[in-house]
Amino acid sequence: MIHCTVQREKNNIFAGIDLWLILFFIILVFSGWLNIYAASISEEHTEILDFGAVYGKQLIWIGLTIPLIIVVLFIETRFYERFASIFYIISILSLIGLFIFGKNINGAQSWYAIGNSTLQPSEFAKAFTALAVAKLLSDKVFTFKPFKNHIKALFLIFLPALLITLQPDPGSALVYFAFLFVFYREGLPIYYFVIGFLLIILFLLTLKFGSYASIPIMIYVVGGIFILIFGYLSVYKQRILKRNWLRFLTISFIICGYIFSTNYIFNNIFEERHRNRFNVILGKTTDIQGVGYNTNQALKTIASGGFSGKGYLEGDRTQGKFVPAQDTDYIFSTVGEEWGFLGSTFVIILFIALMLRIIHVAERQKSTFSRVYGYSIATIFFFHFMVNIGMVIGLVPTVGIPLPFFSYGGSSLWGFTLLLFIFIRLDANRAYEW
Amino acid sequence: MQRGGLLYIFIILVGIIFIGRLFYIQILDNPYQISPLNNASIKKVYDYPERGYVYDRNGKLLIANQQSYDLMIIPREVKPLDTTEFCDLLSIDKTFFLKQFKRAENYSTRLPSTFVSQVSKNDYAYLQEKLHKFKGFYIQKRSIRDYPMKIAANVVGYISEVNENQIKENSYYQQGELIGKSGIEKTYESFLRGIKGIKHIQKNKFNKEIGSFKGGIYDTLATPGKDLTLTLDAVLQEYGQRLMANKRGGIIAIEPSSGEILTLVTAPSYDPNMMVGRKRSRNSVKFFGDTINKPMFDRGLQAEYPPGSPFKILTGLIGLQENVIDESTVFTCNRGYKYGRKGFMGCHAHASRVQLNFGIYTSCNSYFANTYRRIIEKYDTPRKGMNTWNKHVESFGLGNFLGYDLPSGRRGLIPDADYYDKWYPAKNWTATYTLSNAIGQGEVLTTPIQLANMTAAVANRGFYYTPHIVKNIKGETIDKKFTTKHITTIDKEHFEPIIQGLFDVFENPKGTAYYSRVKGIEICGKTGTAENYTKIKGKRVKLTDHSIFIAFAPKDNPKIAIAVFVENGYWGSRWAGPIATLMIEKYLKGEISRKYLEERMLKGNLQEEYNKQLDTLYRAEGEK
Repeated sequence: MIHCTVQREKNNIFAGIDLWLILFFIILVFSGWLNIYAASISEEHTEILDFGAVYGKQLIWIGLTIPLIIVVLFIETRFYERFASIFYIISILSLIGLFIFGKNINGAQSWYAIGNSTLQPSEFAKAFTALAVAKLLSDKVFTFKPFKNHIKALFLIFLPALLITLQPDPGSALVYFAFLFVFYREGLPIYYFVIGFLLIILFLLTLKFGSYASIPIMIYVVGGIFILIFGYLSVYKQRILKRNWLRFLTISFIICGYIFSTNYIFNNIFEERHRNRFNVILGKTTDIQGVGYNTNQALKTIASGGFSGKGYLEGDRTQGKFVPAQDTDYIFSTVGEEWGFLGSTFVIILFIALMLRIIHVAERQKSTFSRVYGYSIATIFFFHFMVNIGMVIGLVPTVGIPLPFFSYGGSSLWGFTLLLFIFIRLDANRAYEW
Repeated sequence: MQRGGLLYIFIILVGIIFIGRLFYIQILDNPYQISPLNNASIKKVYDYPERGYVYDRNGKLLIANQQSYDLMIIPREVKPLDTTEFCDLLSIDKTFFLKQFKRAENYSTRLPSTFVSQVSKNDYAYLQEKLHKFKGFYIQKRSIRDYPMKIAANVVGYISEVNENQIKENSYYQQGELIGKSGIEKTYESFLRGIKGIKHIQKNKFNKEIGSFKGGIYDTLATPGKDLTLTLDAVLQEYGQRLMANKRGGIIAIEPSSGEILTLVTAPSYDPNMMVGRKRSRNSVKFFGDTINKPMFDRGLQAEYPPGSPFKILTGLIGLQENVIDESTVFTCNRGYKYGRKGFMGCHAHASRVQLNFGIYTSCNSYFANTYRRIIEKYDTPRKGMNTWNKHVESFGLGNFLGYDLPSGRRGLIPDADYYDKWYPAKNWTATYTLSNAIGQGEVLTTPIQLANMTAAVANRGFYYTPHIVKNIKGETIDKKFTTKHITTIDKEHFEPIIQGLFDVFENPKGTAYYSRVKGIEICGKTGTAENYTKIKGKRVKLTDHSIFIAFAPKDNPKIAIAVFVENGYWGSRWAGPIATLMIEKYLKGEISRKYLEERMLKGNLQEEYNKQLDTLYRAEGEK
């Protein structure tokens, strides 16, 4: 009898679905489309069902997520787990295939052309990498103890990242760093973080203040962090401090070498446009007409929204097409202008709610696979959220990655939908996992 | 579980930072906020006032305006049109139409750019009736400058479109607006320009104009530009320009009692109408590119020459003031002045016992070399002597910018002790090292206007007003600095013997300008012949001397002080002297009694001489 109920509920996938996630999803997609409509409406295109216009196309993409969602929800949970490696291999192959069959748009060979529309495999590769990571980490014998497993895990995420960088689309590749959070959660030692974090800080410091000034700053920062971390881990670590002064010396030398190579990397490996972006953010150039133009226009547009915004479709800077790429990467500026501080805060809170809910749901999973996958998508959403909005409000260098569910683009919308609904599906099944 | 908390904290932290940042951008005051008037839905329409007129001191019109009509285009508002009809209306061909359209589109699709500049009045009348058929085109009325007298190009200057730097520096200006680029158009830009009026027009989201923004409460009316009256005497200026035809140099005449500039001639010059409208860009390339005649170079203000003999006036004055000579002091001169073991400064043949008066009218080098030496050697170190001398000379407005109201100029050079310390690092220099300064050669450099101002100070017996070109601005008084007396360090009584000497330059048969005297006018003056060298590949090449003359008249209560420079004109009495006296005669009497002299000066052509200078230069370059 009991068995029967369980069986019936198991078949009825809708019973276990997390309604909060569905709700957040619907609100985000809906408000995303409203803003795309505002940003892309023009004199020639005013009909809502005008499929020649950007907002019309997006409406089709949104419509097409429904069959996608249904398919994703009806597939057996085991399927995702079992075929994770194959999905991963397919997505790697599709990324490699871009170098041969890809279509070049704006200098990056990141798209497959299918008829009139284009498909961006890197948007889907995120979901499949997340599955692969979940699969690897949920392996019964897998732990982060042996060093070789560190390499395995890191290889899994940096392979697609490398392929995407080569397209070149470094913005999308950066997203894969998000997985470090997941690894950390699952036991990867913290010093990967510390080192990664330090490298970034050092890089920025050196660019801002020059090689020589960064060294004394660095000594304080490194010293401070080491004391914090090892002091926190108490007595037994103090022995390490004593024993390993030679190692610290080596690290210091490596840091110095890194600082001095930063300039080389910056000047010789980076492209001009990357350098310019950094220079604008670091306040070294104030060329508001050139490189910082987009961000500057976006900031003015958001600022003009004030507390409660100018009203839907009343944003004159949006309607006047002042901000380039406003329907894609800079979509948040539309929110800022037409809905004001209230509206943009609402969107931020909505995203935070979505992410916290995902983490909450992930933590309640009994299966490691589901938990790791949940963490993966939370960090991916977080990364997109942080970099995209951070860029639009002038806190992060210009990196072209979309805002989930908001930015125009079928691949991106489908990619995020896939990401989220695989998780919803996995979660719906949690009662029967042991 | 503990480790999962990190992501929680990060997410919430980033969220708080973002909301804080939005609070700053959208609610607090910050640099990203733009005035509602700069709103994209508000179109600003400018009403440009007419630029002020400019008159000479006697009310003759120097600068006026004429209307011109530019056809403007906003490419994105253009609707399909009948190009044949349109081209016929404007009498342009289709290739021109397409070229201009492309150009405008490349510049900006939303901002206006000029499609056809300066449409003729006839075409304008036709166009105005038909223009409603052609969306995206409109007529912009502009007023352009007109110079009825065609004189004083260096004074009036010219106007042209603002460049990017000027837009950045001054937020008043916008792309395509006009600004004074030189002359009084530049110095008095803000008066002549007036203030443009602005109308704010509200547009709806489809770019349709729906009326005035907030009932026009932010709109402003145009303030017309102010008319200027110059101190220039157009008749004298025109006469000076004719006298300087085919010569290079300048004439500066100043009214000593006020510092008002009566003429400011530079030669060669050009007709200011050449720098107006469509011709301007072509002509400015031509004028600025002419590195031999340099018509854009104002020789009266910008050329630094050694002043030569007129500088002896100062040496004499300083000698009297420092009490190292008096009127009866006697120096000997045997065709020159010997100093040290080898030093010798040549002089021309004249009687040997020289007193001050004789020294001036015969322009004796030895007399002033002796005087100069006594000045420098009066003090226990040559440093002190040199600085005393420098202080006296600079009190005549030399060695620094005079502060007149024209935008170009040079400092000139009056050396001081520090200057020679740099030249002679051992600091062992003495009076004889710098002896050439006594007679206005050596290191001393002056511009013609500085020399004219010095002459005015002598004419005034010890003071001058900063020379200026604007007499009054309608409704505004001129700058106080032009009505402030500058008093020299020389006491008034020392001027009389010197002025007597300058008078004798004309009146004594041995005077250097005896043959230039004018019946009925008591002129005081001084000839000058400035040696002129140039360096070619490190070698000093001597070129023909410059002809210099300074004068003022009448002797008592002077009305005009003048300085004339003629490049490569040999000695002072050959060109500069006669020209100076003709100018004085013209100004004081209105007509010329010495027709033969006038004829000779008007026809005088130094072009051959200038070609010879070029030959000398080329040869010197060839030799090396």
